Formats: sequence, C-alpha cells, structure tokens
Amino acid sequence: MTTITAGRPAAPDDERRRSRSGSRIWVYVIVGFILVALVRVTSGANDVNSSGTMRAALIAAVPIALAGLGGLWSERAGVVNIGLEGMMIAGTLGAGYFTYHYGVVAGIVGAALFGALGGVLHAVATVIFGVDHIVSGVAINIIALGVAGFLAEVFFTSLPGGGPTQSPSLDRPPDIDIPAISDRALRIEDKHWFLVSDLASVVGALTRNLSLFTVFALLLIGGTGWLLWRTSFGLRLRSCGESPVAAESLGVNVYRYKFIAVTVSGAMAGLGGGYLALVASSGFQQGQTGGRGYIGLAAMLFGNWRPGGMLLGATLFGYTDAVQLRRGEESLHALLLVVAIVLLIVGLLQLRRRATVQAVFSLVFAAGFLVWYLLSDTVPTEFTTMAPFVTTLLVLAFASQNLRMPAADGLPYRKGSAG
Amino acid sequence: MAATAGPVTSEAVRLRGIGKRFPGVVANHDVDITVRAGTIHALVGENGAGKSTLMKILYGVQRPDDGVISVSGTEVTLHSPADAIRNGIGMVFQHFMLADNLSVLENIVLGAESLHGIGAAARERVVELSAAYGFGLDPDGLVEGLGVGERQRVEIVKVLYRGARIIILDEPTAVLVPQEVDALFENLRELKAEGHTLIFISHKLDEVLAVADDITVMRRGSSVATVRPADVTARKLAELMVGSELPSPSTAESTVTDVVRFEATGVSVQDAAGRPVLTDIDVTIHAGEVLGIAGVEGNGQTELVETLIGMRASDTGTIRLEGRDITAWTTRERRAAGIGYIPEDRHRHGLRLDSPLWENRILGHQTRQPCVTGVWINRRGARTDSERIIEQYDVRTPGVDTTARALSGGNQQKFIVGREMSGKPRLLIASHPTRGVDVGAQAAIWDHIREARRAGLAVLLVSADLDELIGLSDAISVILRGRLVGRFDPQSVTPQNLGAAMTGAGDAS
Amino acid sequence: MTWWRRALLSVAAPVLAAVVAALVCTAILLATGDDVSAFWNTMLQWPAERNLVNILNNASVLYLSGIAAAIGFRMNLFNIGVEGQYRIGAFLAAAFAAQAWLPGKLNTVAAIGVAMAGGAAWAGIAGLLRVTRGVSEVISTIMLNLIAGSLVAYFLTRVGVQTGVSTSTKNIPQDSWVGGISLFPGAPDLFGLSLLAVVVGVAFSVLLNRTRFGFDLRATGASSTAAVASGIDVRRMIVVSMLMSGAVAGLIGMPTLFGSSHNYGTSFQTGIGFAGIAVALLGRNHPVGIAAGALIFAFLSEQGNLLNILAGVSPDIVAVMQGVFVMAVVIAYEVVRRYRARLEQAAVADEIGSPATEPATA
Repeated sequence: MTTITAGRPAAPDDERRRSRSGSRIWVYVIVGFILVALVRVTSGANDVNSSGTMRAALIAAVPIALAGLGGLWSERAGVVNIGLEGMMIAGTLGAGYFTYHYGVVAGIVGAALFGALGGVLHAVATVIFGVDHIVSGVAINIIALGVAGFLAEVFFTSLPGGGPTQSPSLDRPPDIDIPAISDRALRIEDKHWFLVSDLASVVGALTRNLSLFTVFALLLIGGTGWLLWRTSFGLRLRSCGESPVAAESLGVNVYRYKFIAVTVSGAMAGLGGGYLALVASSGFQQGQTGGRGYIGLAAMLFGNWRPGGMLLGATLFGYTDAVQLRRGEESLHALLLVVAIVLLIVGLLQLRRRATVQAVFSLVFAAGFLVWYLLSDTVPTEFTTMAPFVTTLLVLAFASQNLRMPAADGLPYRKGSAG
Repeated sequence: MAATAGPVTSEAVRLRGIGKRFPGVVANHDVDITVRAGTIHALVGENGAGKSTLMKILYGVQRPDDGVISVSGTEVTLHSPADAIRNGIGMVFQHFMLADNLSVLENIVLGAESLHGIGAAARERVVELSAAYGFGLDPDGLVEGLGVGERQRVEIVKVLYRGARIIILDEPTAVLVPQEVDALFENLRELKAEGHTLIFISHKLDEVLAVADDITVMRRGSSVATVRPADVTARKLAELMVGSELPSPSTAESTVTDVVRFEATGVSVQDAAGRPVLTDIDVTIHAGEVLGIAGVEGNGQTELVETLIGMRASDTGTIRLEGRDITAWTTRERRAAGIGYIPEDRHRHGLRLDSPLWENRILGHQTRQPCVTGVWINRRGARTDSERIIEQYDVRTPGVDTTARALSGGNQQKFIVGREMSGKPRLLIASHPTRGVDVGAQAAIWDHIREARRAGLAVLLVSADLDELIGLSDAISVILRGRLVGRFDPQSVTPQNLGAAMTGAGDAS
Repeated sequence: MTWWRRALLSVAAPVLAAVVAALVCTAILLATGDDVSAFWNTMLQWPAERNLVNILNNASVLYLSGIAAAIGFRMNLFNIGVEGQYRIGAFLAAAFAAQAWLPGKLNTVAAIGVAMAGGAAWAGIAGLLRVTRGVSEVISTIMLNLIAGSLVAYFLTRVGVQTGVSTSTKNIPQDSWVGGISLFPGAPDLFGLSLLAVVVGVAFSVLLNRTRFGFDLRATGASSTAAVASGIDVRRMIVVSMLMSGAVAGLIGMPTLFGSSHNYGTSFQTGIGFAGIAVALLGRNHPVGIAAGALIFAFLSEQGNLLNILAGVSPDIVAVMQGVFVMAVVIAYEVVRRYRARLEQAAVADEIGSPATEPATA
C-alpha cells in the first residue's frame, strides 16, 4: 500500500451542525410562542395571537414565503434576484386577467407564467449577457411596474367593476373547512387560558378558511427542499451556485441550470403575486405587492438560504404584517413587551458568551422597548405599517453574521472558465 | 525508473497536428504526441508553452482548431468534458475544482449521478475507492475542512469514480512538499500498475525524471521532442524547454549590512474564531538582506504578509521599520513610509484589471509623488513614470493607456515589480513574486531584486519555489502552523532538509 | 484604439438600446390595438415652451437623483434608498425653513444644509449596517425607503397643517423662496435651484477624476481586494460614499421646494429616487451620460403626459419604454464591453507579436 499518512476523517461536527440548526429553529419557535402567550395574558391584548390574527398571519406569510422561495431557487444557482418584486407584480396582473376570463386554476397558472416571463428576462440579461445581477433586477422592477400599469388599464377598464388600476372582483380558490375541529378550538380560545387557548388559536387558524392555495404553497416549499437536496437535479443546481467552475468541469451545463433556476424563481414570485390577488385580496390592485418581494428576500437571508428557515422568517414577517390589521395599535403595543423580553434574553446570552459590547447594546434596547411599552397605550398607525420593515432590518442587523451564502452567489460566470 | 505493466505498444492517446488560436495569440500549433498505454507520461515546458491549453483540449474544455485526437486507436471529437469522460479521460486540475460548502461525496458524485445515484450506493463506492488507495476520505465531511493534500486526493477519486483509465494531472506537485510528492508518485505508480495511463504536466524537472516513463517537451505552443528519462538530464531538458542557456539562480558576494531595517517581535494573530494563526513571530531583516520564508501553502504565510503590510491587525507584538514602531499603522501609512508590496495574487490585490496602466501606477502609491500632489492626482506624473517603468522593466505593451487585463501575466508582474520598487522603498514584501511568470520575466525580476538589494533594500521573500528561495535569499526561515521554525543557510541547505522542516517531519508532532 | 472608434463604441450601445425600446413599445401598442402613429406623433413633436421648461426642471431634479445613485454605483454599492433619503431631506428642510429661525436667504441655505444632513444620515444607517454587521445595502436601503415613507407620514400628522385633502408643512416664508430664471417670455420660470444640478455635476466629475479620494473611490468599486492592498480603508470608503450619496439625494427636493411648492406634503412628487437609479444606469455613472439620460427621461415623461389627450394611449406606456430602454442599455453595454476587451487583447498581441502566451484570465 502507500506510505501516505491517511487523512483523518473529517470531523463529525459538520453532520451534527446541520441537524442542530434544524432543531434550533424548533426551540426558537416554541420559546417565541410561549413568550407571546405570556404577554397576551399579562396585557390582555387578546388579538395578539387570536385565531383571526393567526389566520391573517398565514395569509400574509404565504406571499412573502413564495417570494422568498423564488429568491432561494435563484440564489442557490448563483444568481441574485432583486427583481422578485417586479415578478410578483407581474403575477398579480396575470392572476387578475386569467382568473376573470378563464377561472381560478388558469389564474394561478397565469400568475406563475407572467412571473416566469420576468424570470426569463432576468436570466437572459444575467446568464447570457453577463449583466450585473442587481442592475438587471432593478431594471426588471421598473419594467414590470410600467407594464402592469399599462396592461391593467388595457385589461380591466372596460370590465364591470374594474378600472384602470384594479380588476373586478375575482373568484377565490376553494377553502378547507373542518367545522368540527375549528368550532371546538374557537370555544377553547375564547376562554383565554394561558398556552392552551393559544394552541387552540393555531388549530383554529388551520382548520377554518384554509385556502387550497396555501396548502399548495406549503407543498411547493417542502417540495423545493426535497428537490434541491435529495436529487441529482438539485445537486447540480446547487453546485452552480457554490462552484460553477467545478460544475462545468464535470460536465454540468451551468448556463442551463442557472436559466432554469431563475425562470422558476420568477414563477414562484409570480405565484406569490397570484396569491396576493386571489386569496389575500379580492382581485388585482395596483401597488398591492407593497415591497413583499423584498421582504421575501429578507426571509431567504434569515433562513440561511434553506426553505425551512425561510418559511420561519416569512411567518415572522407575515405576523408583523398581520398584527396591524386587527386592533393593530393595541396588539403592536403588546408586542413591544415581547421584543423587550427577547432582547433581554439575547443580551443575557451574550453576556454569558463575554460579548460585552453587543450585550450592552441589546440590554439598552431592551430597556428602551420596555420603557416605551410602559409609557404608552398604543402605537400610532404609521408605526404599525412600518413594523414589518423595521423587523426585517433588525433581523438582518442581528443575524447577518452567521449566514453562509452559496459561495458563488452574485458572481458573473463565463463558460470556459474551467481550468 | 518504474517497470511498466500492460501492453507497451498500444497507444492510449495520440495527438496529431493539434492547433489552437485565441484572438491574437497562437496557443498551440503542430502538436504531435503519442502516449503509450499504461505509462506515466510527463509534459514539460515553461509557462506559456501551451501545455495547459493542450490538456484542456484533450479534456474537452476547448475545441482544437486543427488536428486529430485518437483515444485507444479511435478518432474522437470532444465537445465537452462529458465526452472526454465517456472516453475514459479524467483530469485533475491544478486549481482544484471543488465546492467548499458541499461534502466530499457531493463533489465526487456531481455530474456522474447516473453511475451510482447520490445516496448509499454512491457513498459505498467512494469509500471503496478511497480505501483501495489508502486515501482516507470521509464522504460526508465538507470539503472546506480539508487540507491541500486531501483535496488533491478528492480530485483523484473524482476521476476514478467515473472510470477514467487515462488521468491527466495539471501541475500536481505545485502545492506539495517533497515528502507529499513522493507519496503522490507512489499513488501514481500504483494506478499505473492497475493499468491506468497517466499524463502529468510539470515544470519541475527533477520530479519528472524520477517518475515518468516518457517525457514530451513543449515550447512556444508546439511539441519539440519526446524522450525517455534514461536518455536525458535535467539540464538537457531545460535547454530543450527554453531553447537556450538557463539563467543560473545562484548569487555572488553577500550584501547584508549590520543596519537593522525591519524588525517584528513576538507577533501573534488570532482569527475570528479565536484560533491562533500566527504565534510569536520574530523577524529581523537588515539593509541589503533578503530573508526567505519557506512553507507549505496554508501555514500562515499569507497571514504573515497581511499582518506585516497592515491588512490584518496583530494581537500582540511590535513591528518596527527603521526603529519606528509601526504596529498600529494602517496599510496606507506603512506604504507611505516606504514598504513596497508585491502581492501573491496580482489580479486580486495588485491591479485594477480594467484600468489603464498609468492608473495602475497610482495604485498603492496614492500618497506620494509623482502620482499625487496633495489631494490632486497628477496625471502627467503618473504617465511619465509609467513610461519609465515600462522601459526599465521591459514590460511588453503598446503604451501606458493599455488596459492591464490585456497584458500577459509576466508583463503584468513586471509592471507591478517596477511600481513597487519605485520611490526607493525601505522594505519590499514580495509574496510569490514570480508565480505564473515565464522564465525570461522571472530572471529579469530576480535581477532587479538583486540590484536593489545591492543598493541596500531589505526584502522579505515568501515563495513556494524552492529554487527561487535558495537562489535569492541570504537566509531562509520556515513557517509551519503559524510559527517560524528553523533557520537555514541557502548555501548549504538542500530541498530535502527544507521539505522536512516545512512538514514538521523532523520533530515529533 | 483610435479615439473615434472608442467614441463610436460608446454611443453604439445607447442608440441600439433606444431602437430596441422603440420596437418593443410599438409591438405592445400594436398588440393592444392602440393608435401607433398617433403615439409616435405625440412623442416626437417638439415641445411647447412651457413644456420645455418643465423638461429642464424635471431633468435637473432627475440629474441630482442620478448622481446620488451613481456615487454609490461607482463604489459597487447599490443605494436603492435614494427615494427615502430625498423624502427625509425634503421634509426636514421644509419643516426647518418654515420655522424661519434664520432670516431670508440664510434660512434657505441652512435648510439646504439640513436636507443634505438628513439624507446623509438616512443613507449612513445603511452604510453602517453594511460595515459593522455585513448587511447588504440593497435590502437595507429598500427597507429604509419603506420606513421613511411611514415615518415622514407620521411626523406630518404631528407638525403639518391641513390644506384641502393634503397635509403639509407650514409654508416657507416668502423671503426664503428662490426665484426662477425666465427662459421664454410667457412660460413659467426655470427653478433657480435647478442650477444645483450643474454644480453637483461638475463637483462630481472633478472629485472622481482628479482627486485622490475619487481615485480611491473608483479603485474600491473596481476591485475591493486591490484597494485594500493599496492601503485604502474600504470600510471608511463605504460609509463616506453612502453619506455623500445620501447628501446629494437630500438635494433632490430642493428645486421644487424652494421654487414652487414652498412646503412638503402628501402631494409632493415621489418616485424620483427610482427614476434616478435608472438614469444613472443609462448614463453609466458618468456625469455627462447621466445628464443625457436625465434629459431623455424627462422628455419622455413630459411628452407622455399628452398621450391620453392626443392619442388615447395610457401614459404608462412611457414607463414601459423607459424600463425597456434601461434594460436594453445595460445589456448593450455588456456586449460592447466584451467586444472592446477582445479588440484590445488582439491589438496588444499584434503589437508585441507574442506567440504562445495564454490570454490573461477574464
């Protein structure tokens, strides 16, 4: 045999690390849930996690999650997609047009199609012509805005109930309703018991008026996880985002995979737009995306480019978006306490890790939020509209350090660079 | 010389009349090579001779403009690496093609998922191959955590996994020390014994003579001769490569003075995770002295250079330039005080590739004449001085307005050397100054360094080229795992001693 | 390469892109059954005098926006937040000037300073986040935009006055207004402060090309690794560039504020931030190119206003044309850049007759 010293087997840490992050997410979810339940009981702001709010949170979360899924598909293949907002707008338009003329299923397909068109444009610009990814994304957003405005007027002005900036009322996709469970859950919820009622609201939210589109979206998210990590297609796609040179040297058609990924990315964002038009609202409305494409990107970053984490992020952002809809001022006021407690915990953990400067920051902010909570009764409406954006910013500011993005993300790739 | 197994007369690969042109450059022309099956065939030539391009053609990454490729007697056209792989050809690139964030298994299986899937069956096969040659690879570990030797072994398993019978290795020993080179050659001989054919590119003639059965010399894009090791010496090979007399790397009298120009004491650096990267570094360089730092890539050389130039902060220790404490100084301040820096990676750290040469003259020298007066850029000064550098350092370019990207690697490096030697630096930090540079430019750069040394320049030379270290240095230190171990006299040291110190094989570790 | 060849290549991309944009729009109009010839007649007619003044006014505002974005772009920083920065700047300046703590034109000058400071601070947040926490400035500036909208709305409810359907800051006293420049008799005046555009443009050009700071900026944008090795403190550069970009963004609202509206309210013009990004891309972050881009965009928008009346076409088609133009231009620039690089490599190789050297890796 050889005289070479056998390389020591790579540390089993890596395997452990990956499963650890999975279980860590569950810990965060559970702790967060308990905290919110606690605050609800102490402040009496029952709408903080009522089934109505949870339902609204789910509906708000899905478009963000679909946009985030789109971002994930694209960036895992190495292409940054800032144009998600524009592709989402295209999706709302597609849903509006096709649903009115051909029904809900056609509407959903149409939303995906219109979004995918945007994706193709982005792919052509970045993959084939090597345009900077962000520049192309910004251009697509500008185009989509203009096209949607123009075509909306063309499509909808002459329709009854429609106008230059909105479509007529549209059919909704069917809902799932399990009254046996949801009614019982509602009764438990109304008792306002600590933790039990809160769990009941979650159950209630999932068993009444649960849109099939929501189920479809969740399946897409799970399916993406399976596709990208358990199939050869997914391995090749991810390799394009990690090391396109390696992929090409092994015969992977990097251009093709990037193209597919970006097109799918557009389709996902388009579906998000379709959801906005069909489930979250009653039709197409100009400006209804409201920055959700960008929030989706933030969810993707929060989730460390993995579908599970991305969904968690989307739920978080969706929740802050939804809370403002139902007695927002009161609920948001209660959430101030939650933020204060979270920052307190974070600060204490940082102190334990000897990261004193960061700990001081966290504790100071925690104190600030506590004081704000105590000194006020409500939070002004404008602040409630800001809530999702500020949350995004805070999350990014605190979490950015631990992220690991696909190694070749955002870098232009020319064929023949191998060797 | 190793005995060959398998039929000696059959041909594994035959290249006839291969030609390849790029815009304005002829990379290959009239290349005729026959590789006998079951042998180790070496391809030698200096930088720019066209070896890499030729092998890329054989592996399907490039298409030839002229000529014919035959594999095992059958003519083939290779449109892509997939075609090459189908014909049993595998390639291990000099710059490893591995995705850090993916596991060893994923890296190996990528592109060949149809062979054994990507799950348990594939893992089994990888373990099998790894055990057969004693590679010791864990399929589920991330490549990120592997050392250089291990990564190379992953690359080899990659090609074996795909059933390659003909394996091309591009400069496999460039990043290995002598002991690891021996181990690699053992592996190659074993592979040969199993019937594989191996082609490897190198410009290290001693190694080539030790392991190859046939040697083909390439010069200026064409194949010049194919010889058997028994029939030639290293000297003869080198002459075939260059077509003329080799420049000799050895030096004349010592120019080292007593004046201490640069001193680093007790410098230690930790990385972001708190792991020590450099420990207790003590360096003293006198005026007129070249201190060489030898070491295997990844032992702290890059971090040492970054710390000394100010791109990385040191946690403890002092750094002095001509007696002044510069430990807390920024890169800009150090450069302004007279530290020149020839970076290891000229494309990333040394040049703005899409800017004209005269603008690149200013890079790194934004605080001094003649490029800058106060807050204003002195265009005329920069242009005139660029012209001076072009002339003095024989940089082949149409003019000072040419974009840096358009120049060849050697000329880019000559320009950088000229720039860093301007303004009479007090200390020159040269990191792999002749990497990727053709022999002619290399000799020119060495001459310039020697001349400056005679005039009193102090130089810190970090290099992986042992000949360069031995030839230029007045003293050689070895860096191992962030510490400086061993101090050698170039006149008496041998590559074996250095190699032992570089891998720590000398002490019990 | 000869200078005229270089010039030709520079112009080739935008011209090609303009043709593509025109074709695409014509195709869309044909598909929706609109009157294509009426469309082109309206768009290409020479504007009336008062429209000309509008175009110049809008162009100068767009130019400021473009420069603000370009400062970031040159550093490879994507400051999408120009929109929010200029709103904050305009609001702060309007509120400050309305208080009239300083007399006459001194008030104006101070207010402009406040606008620049406000815009700079808002952009600085993104810069700091990037430098200290590694947060991508793309997302953070977008979020800051959205936050700025709500924040300004909130403060308007606190300090603003109701006038009809809109809320706005108190009016700025008349002696702080900046008079206009009369270009054509009978037409409205050109905003006095639109000259800021010229000043900023010249300053930008000089700074970028002639000063050490400008060199550092361009170097960091081209290759941050080379910049670090050359002694540039990249983190400082990032923060300073964001501050500068935000300061210029703060100026965007000034011509309109002191020239016509005299207060900041819910009806103040929005969307200029994104238009500025488009204009910067059109002009390839070059002061002269951006000027051309700003004029073209302003021209298109102004002519577009007439489309409804004169051609029965929705003005949104102009937005489509602008968007397609930008996309076509950036693609064309890439194509031209690669072509030019290849030409140059060939020229170099010819000159020195080098044989078997590999082309330097792209």
